[in-house]
Amino acid sequence: MAKIKINNMPLNVPDGITILEAAKENNFNIPTLCYYPDLDIKSDCRVCVVEVKGHKGLSTSCSTPIYDGMEIKINSPRAQNARKAIVEMMLANHDANCTACVRNMNCELQRLAESLGIHENRFDTVLQEKAIEQSNPSIVRNANRCIKCGRCVDVCKTVQGMSVLETAGRSHDAQVSPAYGKELKDVFCTYCGQCSAVCPVGAIMEKDHTHNVWDALDNGDKHVIVQVAPAIRVSLGEELNLPLGSIVTGKMVAALKMLGFDRVFDTNFTADLTIIEEGHELIGRLKERGKLPLITSCCPGWINYCEQEFPDLIDHLSSCKSPQQMFGSLAKTYYAQREGINPDDIYVVSVMPCTAKKFEAERPEMRVNGKDPDVDAVLTTRELAKMIKQMGIDFDNLREQKFDKPDEVTSGAAAIFGATGGVMEAALRSVKEILEERPLEKLDFDTVRGTDGIREAEVEISGQTHHVAVAHTLANARTLAQKVREGGTPYSFIEIMACPGGCVGGGGQPYGTTSERSRERIYSIYQVDRLTKIRKSHDNAAVMNLYSNYLGDPSGEKAHELLHTHYVNRRKK
Amino acid sequence: MMREHKLITARIGKINPESIDDYLKHDGYTMLEKALSMRRIEIHDHFEASRLRGRGGAGFPVAVKLMALAKESRTPKYVVCNADEGEPGNFKDRYLMENNPHQIIEGMLIAAYATVATEGYIYIRGEYANAMRIMQKALDDARERGFLGKNILNKRFSFDIEIRSGAGSYVCGEEFALLESIEGKAGRTRVKPPFPTSVGLFGQPTLINNVETLATFPSIIDMGGKAYAEIGTETSTGTKLISLSGNIKHKGVFEVPFGMSMRDIIEKLGGGVPGGHKIKMIQLGGACGPIIPEYMLDMVIDFERFEEFESKTGAGAIIVIDDRFDVFDILRRISAFFEHESCGKCTPCREGNLHMLKTVEKFVNYNATDKDLNALESLARVMHQTSLCGLGQTAPTAVISTLHYFRFAYLNRIEESNIEEAV
Ligand SMILES: Cc1cc2nc3c(=O)[nH]c(=O)nc-3n(C[C@H](O)[C@H](O)[C@H](O)COP(=O)(O)O)c2cc1C
Ligand code: SF4
Ligand code: SF4
Ligand code: SF4
Ligand code: SF4
Repeated sequence: MAKIKINNMPLNVPDGITILEAAKENNFNIPTLCYYPDLDIKSDCRVCVVEVKGHKGLSTSCSTPIYDGMEIKINSPRAQNARKAIVEMMLANHDANCTACVRNMNCELQRLAESLGIHENRFDTVLQEKAIEQSNPSIVRNANRCIKCGRCVDVCKTVQGMSVLETAGRSHDAQVSPAYGKELKDVFCTYCGQCSAVCPVGAIMEKDHTHNVWDALDNGDKHVIVQVAPAIRVSLGEELNLPLGSIVTGKMVAALKMLGFDRVFDTNFTADLTIIEEGHELIGRLKERGKLPLITSCCPGWINYCEQEFPDLIDHLSSCKSPQQMFGSLAKTYYAQREGINPDDIYVVSVMPCTAKKFEAERPEMRVNGKDPDVDAVLTTRELAKMIKQMGIDFDNLREQKFDKPDEVTSGAAAIFGATGGVMEAALRSVKEILEERPLEKLDFDTVRGTDGIREAEVEISGQTHHVAVAHTLANARTLAQKVREGGTPYSFIEIMACPGGCVGGGGQPYGTTSERSRERIYSIYQVDRLTKIRKSHDNAAVMNLYSNYLGDPSGEKAHELLHTHYVNRRKK
Repeated sequence: MMREHKLITARIGKINPESIDDYLKHDGYTMLEKALSMRRIEIHDHFEASRLRGRGGAGFPVAVKLMALAKESRTPKYVVCNADEGEPGNFKDRYLMENNPHQIIEGMLIAAYATVATEGYIYIRGEYANAMRIMQKALDDARERGFLGKNILNKRFSFDIEIRSGAGSYVCGEEFALLESIEGKAGRTRVKPPFPTSVGLFGQPTLINNVETLATFPSIIDMGGKAYAEIGTETSTGTKLISLSGNIKHKGVFEVPFGMSMRDIIEKLGGGVPGGHKIKMIQLGGACGPIIPEYMLDMVIDFERFEEFESKTGAGAIIVIDDRFDVFDILRRISAFFEHESCGKCTPCREGNLHMLKTVEKFVNYNATDKDLNALESLARVMHQTSLCGLGQTAPTAVISTLHYFRFAYLNRIEESNIEEAV
């Protein structure tokens, strides 16, 4: 322990921690900007400077370790003035037209300026207008708002192992962008959106679909339906000021109905369907000695990565569409037929924790009629929260409502899709029980749970040992994919999710998502699973009815036509 | 005290720098031999007694870094010679490399032996093609004669050196940016701590010293630390190379003991200002140093005195500016230099230098107000106090010093500005 003083207050703090950590432990909040919990300490923005007795200049609290006898002044006039000047400099090179910005009222720079009491700027503006990049389906980059905090560069490089973004140029010409000023569509970007989730300002964000959705909702000729992914119900609350990990399923359904959606469905339904299809695919490959390991395909960030960097592994990918796209194709076929609505009049919206899902929805393979996308618009968790706020809905006080039929019936297996290892566990519950032809003794596959980057487990099925593996983040995906590429891995089944923690930590999740917050959401997701009556996908009677009424056999012809897809080598030179 | 004190430049003029035989004839590499016969702790004692401080600008005590590296158990360890010398007005490292290359190599070898380092790099400024050629030849010759490579002088000591060259940006002289550059990355500094002696080149413990610092090592082994410390002043021991330039008769590099006055250097060694002009001001250390008026020339060369300017100005440049020049023109040139050289990593330097240049330009153009003066003052302080590396911290030194010593010039300029017309 070290004895230090903060603002003259004597404190005992553990050795080796930084000033920022010591302050936080003692309820002093030092303003920060480039600092982000799971990322490297960069100390680039210099916003967190404090005065330390004996130090000549000011010291950045994020990077300066404390020592015994240290005396720190957080709010000395010198430190306050410096902090203010630094933020003013940022604002002088920033398109600070807040009312025209998606981050208005949800922006770290704006909050900082407000808390520092910046009302006018001592520096003249030096902004040089740059073109906004919006040529891909998922991510928009507005360099005019970038404050070069480096968080996006860091998350893309260290968490995702992609290094798509970099800082180029010197002095005030420094730009954060893909190499050589290229656009994201021309580099190895996977549209995972992690960059957009950590950006403190409106400089990297998801492509806005809220306008399209408002328009559709306003269009009397359209039958607008919405599906909500498993991970949203445990994260949406955060963006609407509810406690971390709140499970808000019922209120969320109510809010969606208030927004004017004609039907509100649960993607968990098609998650169950995915398990049936993928489970049969796995059983098929095991029995017929097909290509193993089978690798999951429900994460479009991973699919984009695989198609670009591991096209030789395409044969390993499950041909199943993701739950989002299974929903889309069924909506425009089965559902349209059942309800007697012209498919062209159906407008399908999905709410996803993900920016890559926007790309996926636009893929040419995802059009059952050959011309229109099955999923018309994809909202991120953040976008849905924004629409709820725009509508002025008093979310916390809503009375809970249920999903529309038949999707009200979903399994706990589907619910855990949102956590890393969840698809694996859901599949194992079904595959093991179907193959062994007797009820599972234990439903929880604890060995595939957790948040280690790569997890391996052995599973007994009918007396035979099967090896499985789970990876999350693209950096870990690369390690695992590399092993598979080299051959000789013992695995029969692999789950890969591009985002840290799985979809709970998706690129479209609430701002401020950290591994700690993701763990809370994962906890809530397993809570949902535990509280659900049906916990295995193949026990979902509604799904099984769909087979008998419409699809025929799992993995059958109709199922293949609607629920499966193929992948393409998209290696870039 | 009006003459040079030739210690590390003693051989210059007597030897052909491209001949290792010449160097050997003048007792070259005998200090390496001597060092190799000493116990490491003895060598450290000599460095501690010498109180030698870094000659690259920051003036950090050399013995502290040497000891820190020696204590590191992780291998490999590196010794890096900083020969980037990108600061306008400095050319003493080039002078040493072109005229006495083996002494630098000998210094690096002594450092390597004392710290048990096995690999060395000399990072030479891209524009220094001639120095690079001469250093390369010296390395090749030294290797051929067994002063580099395995089992040097038949001792259990192996060390070799490679040359790397800079991409021509000033910030690459900053130690971390330099290491990044050797690693093949963009030249931008890193967060400190950790410092290079624990996590340096390729993540390994690394000693990084200036050319002149390393070239002094053989002299310290020769004389012993205590005798070395008797040269110079109480607070600054030894000799310093001065790069003298600007409006001066004899431009060049001079080796002087610490404690010599700037007036003596300029008048006695440099021959004063030509063409009957008078000295108006000098800039000390290079672009990052303070600008001081003529009446302060009796100040002596000394680390402690320099530190009074809140700047690190030990690189030893003196740029003489005569009475034909306007202080704001000089400031504009300096600000433009930094505005161009900032690496763009941290906010105060990336954004601040542009604002500084723009404000200085207002003074140049007779377009300044009291508000600009205040803004400049606070901007300069903030940049100095909050920038991540020495570049941003010292970029405003010229402004800060002139705000102090030439304040009247600022006030006059505001008065002479035509701002009223707009009202
Ligand atoms: C912007 C900047 C440029 C620098 N350029 C040089 C240089 O060209 N040569 C040099 O020796 N040190 C330079 N330094 C100082 C180095 O960071 C470092 O302090 C020095 O190499 C240590 O060696 P020394 O202790 O022998 O002086 C520079 C520092 C900064 C901040
Ligand atoms: S990023 Fe923040 S400060 Fe900038 S315009 Fe948007 S809301 Fe305003
Ligand atoms: S979307 Fe993902 S891969 Fe693309 S730049 Fe952002 S973090 Fe990197
Ligand atoms: S785009 Fe956002 S996260 Fe990336 S450097 Fe700019 S401000 Fe930071
Ligand atoms: S002070 Fe300047 S040169 Fe140094 S890190 Fe900051 S921006 Fe780069």
